[in-house]
Amino acid sequence: MPDLLIELFSEEIPARMQPKAREDLKKLITDGVVEAGLTYASAGAFSTPRRLTLTVEGLTANSPTLREERKGPRTDAPEKAIEGFLRSTGLTMDQLETRDDKKGQVYFAVIEKPGRPATEIVAEVLEKTIRNFPWPKSMRWGEGALRWVRPLHSILAILSDEAGATIVALDVDGITAGDATRGHRFMAPDTIQVGGFESYAKQLKAAKVMLDPAEREAAIWHDAEQMAFAKGWEVVPDKGLLAEVAGLVEWPVTLMGEIDAQFLDLPPEVLQTSMKEHQKFFSVKNPKTGRIEGFVTVANRETADHGATILAGNQKVLSARLSDAKFFWENDLRTVAAHGLEGMGAGLDAVTFHNKLGSQGDRIRRIEALAREIAPLVGASPDLAAEAARVAKSDLRSEMVYEFPELQGVMGRYYAQKAGLRDAVADACRDHYAPLGPSDDVPSEPVSVAVALADKIDTLTGFWAIDEKPTGSKDPFALRRAALGVIRLVLGNDLRVCLSDLIENGFEQHRQPVLEAERKRTFIAILNDFERGQEVSSEIAEFIGSSGEAHVENINSAISLQPAIKERHIRNAAEAIAEIYVSQRSGIEWRSVFVPARDNLLSFFHDRLKVHLRDAGIRHDVIDAVLAMPGSDDLTLVVKRAEALSETLKTDDGENLIQGFKRANNILTQAEEKDGVEYSFGADPKFAETEEEKALFAALDAAEAKIAPAMEAEDFATAMSAMASLRAPIDAFFEAVQINAEAEVIRRNRLNLLSRIRQICLDVADLTKIEG
Amino acid sequence: MAKADAPKSFQEIILRLMSYWASKGCAVLQPYDMEVGAGTFHPATTLRALGSKPWAAAYVQPSRRPTDGRYGENPNRLQHYYQYQVLIKPSPPDLQDLYLGSLRAIGIDTELHDIRFVEDDWESPTLGAWGLGWEVWCDGMEVSQFTYFQQVGGHDCKPVSGELTYGLERLAMYVLGIDHVMDMPYNDPSAPIALKYGDVFRQTEQEYSRWNFDVADTDMLLKHFEDAEAECERILASPDTDDAGRKIVMAHPAYDQCIKASHLFNLLDARGVISVTERQAYIGRVRALAKKCADAFVQTEAGGAAAGDAA
Repeated sequence: MPDLLIELFSEEIPARMQPKAREDLKKLITDGVVEAGLTYASAGAFSTPRRLTLTVEGLTANSPTLREERKGPRTDAPEKAIEGFLRSTGLTMDQLETRDDKKGQVYFAVIEKPGRPATEIVAEVLEKTIRNFPWPKSMRWGEGALRWVRPLHSILAILSDEAGATIVALDVDGITAGDATRGHRFMAPDTIQVGGFESYAKQLKAAKVMLDPAEREAAIWHDAEQMAFAKGWEVVPDKGLLAEVAGLVEWPVTLMGEIDAQFLDLPPEVLQTSMKEHQKFFSVKNPKTGRIEGFVTVANRETADHGATILAGNQKVLSARLSDAKFFWENDLRTVAAHGLEGMGAGLDAVTFHNKLGSQGDRIRRIEALAREIAPLVGASPDLAAEAARVAKSDLRSEMVYEFPELQGVMGRYYAQKAGLRDAVADACRDHYAPLGPSDDVPSEPVSVAVALADKIDTLTGFWAIDEKPTGSKDPFALRRAALGVIRLVLGNDLRVCLSDLIENGFEQHRQPVLEAERKRTFIAILNDFERGQEVSSEIAEFIGSSGEAHVENINSAISLQPAIKERHIRNAAEAIAEIYVSQRSGIEWRSVFVPARDNLLSFFHDRLKVHLRDAGIRHDVIDAVLAMPGSDDLTLVVKRAEALSETLKTDDGENLIQGFKRANNILTQAEEKDGVEYSFGADPKFAETEEEKALFAALDAAEAKIAPAMEAEDFATAMSAMASLRAPIDAFFEAVQINAEAEVIRRNRLNLLSRIRQICLDVADLTKIEG
Repeated sequence: MAKADAPKSFQEIILRLMSYWASKGCAVLQPYDMEVGAGTFHPATTLRALGSKPWAAAYVQPSRRPTDGRYGENPNRLQHYYQYQVLIKPSPPDLQDLYLGSLRAIGIDTELHDIRFVEDDWESPTLGAWGLGWEVWCDGMEVSQFTYFQQVGGHDCKPVSGELTYGLERLAMYVLGIDHVMDMPYNDPSAPIALKYGDVFRQTEQEYSRWNFDVADTDMLLKHFEDAEAECERILASPDTDDAGRKIVMAHPAYDQCIKASHLFNLLDARGVISVTERQAYIGRVRALAKKCADAFVQTEAGGAAAGDAA
């Protein structure tokens, strides 16, 4: 059983692409050889910046010989049919066998596919893999047409067993597979002859290449922690950075340095971001001061001076970077000191948010108005929420955020503190973007909650108003995330808000400036007409009808008197007409455009809620059943209901009740359709014939008595368990009683009884939506 | 870096790069005589990266980025600076080694320093160009941009050119151990008249910073932008054949106008009169010009058109 070793040696592979490339290489090769009939014991993939490596152990040396039999036409079949069979099997007449069949003699083709040696199969699979490798981005180089992530220099491909190694014969666009590789670019650049995976890894290590990325990560982290420990410091863990740095070096040499004292007063987020984004440094914390005071960088080589030159160079670059950061920080603080945080954001009016939704300044004004409305619902002071909304995005104009966009919010909080604003306002600057990701914390401070909700509602209603909803996988404005943010803010804080109101309020903010402009236009048009001696246009007069008649009359009758248009009563009348005109038009627009948009956005929220609750283990049909109930725009209520129903359905009674309910509902619906009447007149217990029927009457009365007050008190668990308690009497009833009784009175009474079952259950949740 | 073979001045680093790349077979060209934002804009790169003809050139290109002006006060930000540019088509298989050789030539000892190739994909939206490559780090400092051109002016690059761009001031400051660009020796510090970078450029940085940010007449710039755009289109719309019956496609004169438009856009941008939404539209207009120039260039002999077509 030979082992296979493949190495694809190239110029530097981006660190972020290496993990997936390892997996892809392993999957493509192993799937390919298995499909071709080989088996293998195990496989492992590795990468460094310059190589992708795969080892496959215990590969079968040949694929098995395959024998296939195919039945052909009868021997006396037309010549055409026989020719076709020969063509499709690739055989000649004398290779066919003749066998007896029920209907006579039939041709049989026995096709033998001889097994193939592993080298041949590997060559094919490897070539196909190289040519079709799923790099996120690939390129051509030189005069060639081959694509790889960066220029591919050599291919190592050998099959080795006790007898030695065999090179897989393969040539991909002039690159011939061999058994050689190279060591570290600088420290051991010579060619290395390889016999198998074990010796390969060993030889590479001797040539200053640590093949396994996990080993490099471990080495880096170990050394970093040791160095920090020696100074009484702690490295700030960053798994993503560690993986990236390990993907940038073949021979990690960890170095630690100190941050120049003049930068230690910068906010820790600034130090961390600058060092990570620009330099790929780890931050090192001094637990005694709580500050970031050091850094760890990872070089790709050993040097005679033990990294002194490298560390000095890195230190210098860091100082230049941090000088920039310090310069931005100090400039920003000066701006805040001179103009306040709101002043810092003054330029936001000139920054377009979206060409149909106005500037960032417009957006802030809308969010402020919304936050003021939302504040009382979430226990925040309206003034404070409005103040927070006014300054929450000011830091977008700071130099620091211009340089490091990912620090938006974080810097706002610092600048708010420096401006002497209250903590609640400062925190809202940082937290109003939250929650961003699914694992992000949900803010709980009321002012932050108010602004965070206002921010997202404004975004959602804005894009709904201009009909830019997400479609399929396209969601360029991250509206799904915004909706999920609203859901998590509401649920996480147990808020009882009516989402429809919030949405309408959001639309209102977007409409306000449009309506205002239209009001002004109408007002001026009326005055212009008046000056020209014309009556109020019939279009306007007819549109506003009787409610504005008096004002129109006022103006029209004054034309002959020729008073100046500045006269108060003329202007007042024109204003009143414009007001009525715009408000009536906006009413029509509201009903035709915004009400449907509101309902559409609400159902978008419901869809997101389903996804959110599905992750929490609540079935979508359960959510449908509660969404059909009143109050479906109160998400906290919806979830309470859904949780209770979900729990109930997990009980034996609950699950079986659904069957009983469905049976009752089906019989009833069919009877109602057939008879063309609705059986909801109230069943009378005096027509009950059997004990089971009487018991059901009693049980329904008892359940109803419990359910109504429990629903009122939003005690859904009690309501639902009362409902579930109907399961036994309903089952017993169906067992014992024939609905379609001979006597019409009895039959009708029983159908009305079924109607009570349906009604009581539907008062709790729309069980028709439950599947199964 | 006080070693025997260490360069002593900014100009010595430039001269060493010149002779190094000349020794590797590049034609050493002179800067293009127009205002450009980067060495890539030189037709020796943008246009010569197109078509099938082999090419190897190296040159210094003075580059202007009006928004980066800091009145000569920032230690390493300038509105006018130098790029060193190498373009070789097709990209040779040992281009990385050639590049490392150039670092050694200017006194960077690769046995003592940590040289790394860190992913950085290059894209020029104004030129409709992109490529894959790296920024090259020396001890954590970006010293060059290394790109394999895949597309220029909307045309696939076949063969692929390898492009190297060195930010000369930053690289030289690093090699010479200087913290503020204005303190960097321009010529040999022991020369009778020793000049620092600041002696040459501090005043111009101030003058241009003021003009770029506060004074440039935006109406005029806008008009010039539109003129350049119109002229570019007009040149390219001319018939391929002149009155004497000679076929002469005027790719380069048209491209000059494209360069002009690009620089005027940068000036307008520095004056802060271009909104975020307008930005994309302006960039799109310059890109449309660049693409048309590329279309024209590939019709010419230098652009690889068959001799019969271009004659």
